[in-house]
Amino acid sequence: MKEFLLIFRADYKAMPQASPEEMQATTQRWMNWVAGIAAQGKLADRGNRLVNTGKVLKDDTIVSDGPYAEIKESILGYSVVKAASLEEAAKLAHGCPIFAVGGNVEVREINPL
Amino acid sequence: MQETELIPHLFRTEYGKIVAVLCNSFNLRHIEIAEDIASETFLKASEIWGIKGVPENPAAWLYTTAQNKSKDYFKHHSVFENKIKEVLKSNDERAEIDFEFSNENITDSQLAMIFSVCNPDISNEAQICLALQILCGFSVEEIANAFLTKSETIKKRLHRARTMLRDNNFQIKNLNKEEIKSRQDSVLTTLYLLFNEGYFSKTNNQTIRKDLCSEALRLAYILTENPLTNSSQTNALLALMCFQSSRLEARINEDGDAILFDQQDKSLWNKELIEKGNHYLINAYEGGGISKYHLEATIAYWHTTPTDENKWEHILRLYNQLILIEYSPVTALNRTFAFAKVYGNEIGIKEAEKLNLESNSHYYSLLGYLYSDIDDNKAIRHYEQAIALSKSKTEMQTITKEIQRLVEKKDNC
Repeated sequence: MKEFLLIFRADYKAMPQASPEEMQATTQRWMNWVAGIAAQGKLADRGNRLVNTGKVLKDDTIVSDGPYAEIKESILGYSVVKAASLEEAAKLAHGCPIFAVGGNVEVREINPL
Repeated sequence: MQETELIPHLFRTEYGKIVAVLCNSFNLRHIEIAEDIASETFLKASEIWGIKGVPENPAAWLYTTAQNKSKDYFKHHSVFENKIKEVLKSNDERAEIDFEFSNENITDSQLAMIFSVCNPDISNEAQICLALQILCGFSVEEIANAFLTKSETIKKRLHRARTMLRDNNFQIKNLNKEEIKSRQDSVLTTLYLLFNEGYFSKTNNQTIRKDLCSEALRLAYILTENPLTNSSQTNALLALMCFQSSRLEARINEDGDAILFDQQDKSLWNKELIEKGNHYLINAYEGGGISKYHLEATIAYWHTTPTDENKWEHILRLYNQLILIEYSPVTALNRTFAFAKVYGNEIGIKEAEKLNLESNSHYYSLLGYLYSDIDDNKAIRHYEQAIALSKSKTEMQTITKEIQRLVEKKDNC
């Protein structure tokens, strides 16, 4: 089994303001989805969500605040899954709640040092 | 209680106490001596009580006899002079050995014994056997019956474990905070497995199952009685055991068939145990920090609670958390069942088919259940697959009934 990083991206600005009930429902969808992967014994690390502010460094002096001018989308969070192949890992990402807000999932094999 | 039942009953409750107190007074290396003395005590009880009748306080009689037998033993055996006395002298200044059977000393000794038996170097299976033999007074045959294993296998397992127990020579006396902390996880795991061995037992023997469950409950209860071991996790585990035990009577009918949860007679549920479960669950949440025992106890709580319209949503949420803490096929299957209860069987089937548990009979019986009324032919095929893989007679009987129901339904169409 190899490990794959799932990177969740979406455009924060395009996301509608959610009511507390909607936020709770969103949490429930994410929990169901990630627990569904865990139930297959294929979750290596649940990962984390990221706050929507950040900084980008080009070198020691050139620092810009995110979100970033070049790309509309930013990383919302990540998880690590176990799969035999890239195809299988991509299949695990099916049904990810990020799609509902117009986001995407990038699937990358981890190349251990 | 009839006299014929009294001695076996006392053996169950008192044998482990006597062994624990004696071991606490001398040393684990001499555990065989302690066990011999405890056995001889019961032998004497059956002789004397048969002639003179049962004494007013049978337990106290047993303690006094064990006490005297120990003193006699050490008077007549040089082993005491040569070995134990030195150990005792080096530990404290008591020259005269004192086998005190006060309530406090019994509880402390049993606690120390629990921690000695639950040695992480000994396999979980062997720890359970040891616990049953030393702490609960089970015979090798009884343990073998509970595991559906040959007595020889159990003997070998016990032999290896006991050698380790002696060689390891865990300092039973100076159980301090740090040692307790480092072993607590493995103690709770062993008690959890001991309970499950009874609750989901391979054997159909209802008496053995109840005994295993009530022994696990008793030992977990001892842990809550001592401030050092009365942790939030211990309370959660005890709550789980109380909730599960409350349904023991309702789970099996007179023929030994398992009764599905939905069809259980709720009036047979033990209300006293449910209330105890509630009590320990509240204690568990006061401690802060959530373990798998908290989640499992809370799931069991929802199962014993009168129907709440969001019951299955709560249960699914808890299973989601549980599977993130620790994967197990059972949790995966139970989570999927709860998922189907919330989102319907059709979506549930998709979720279930991803589980890849093709060698697990419960996987197929879950699929059989979910396909029922959606595609009865598929449901029957899955149920048949479950029977082919099942090792439990009870499970096979239950599934066969379901298949019959589906076949009759088809014929009536």
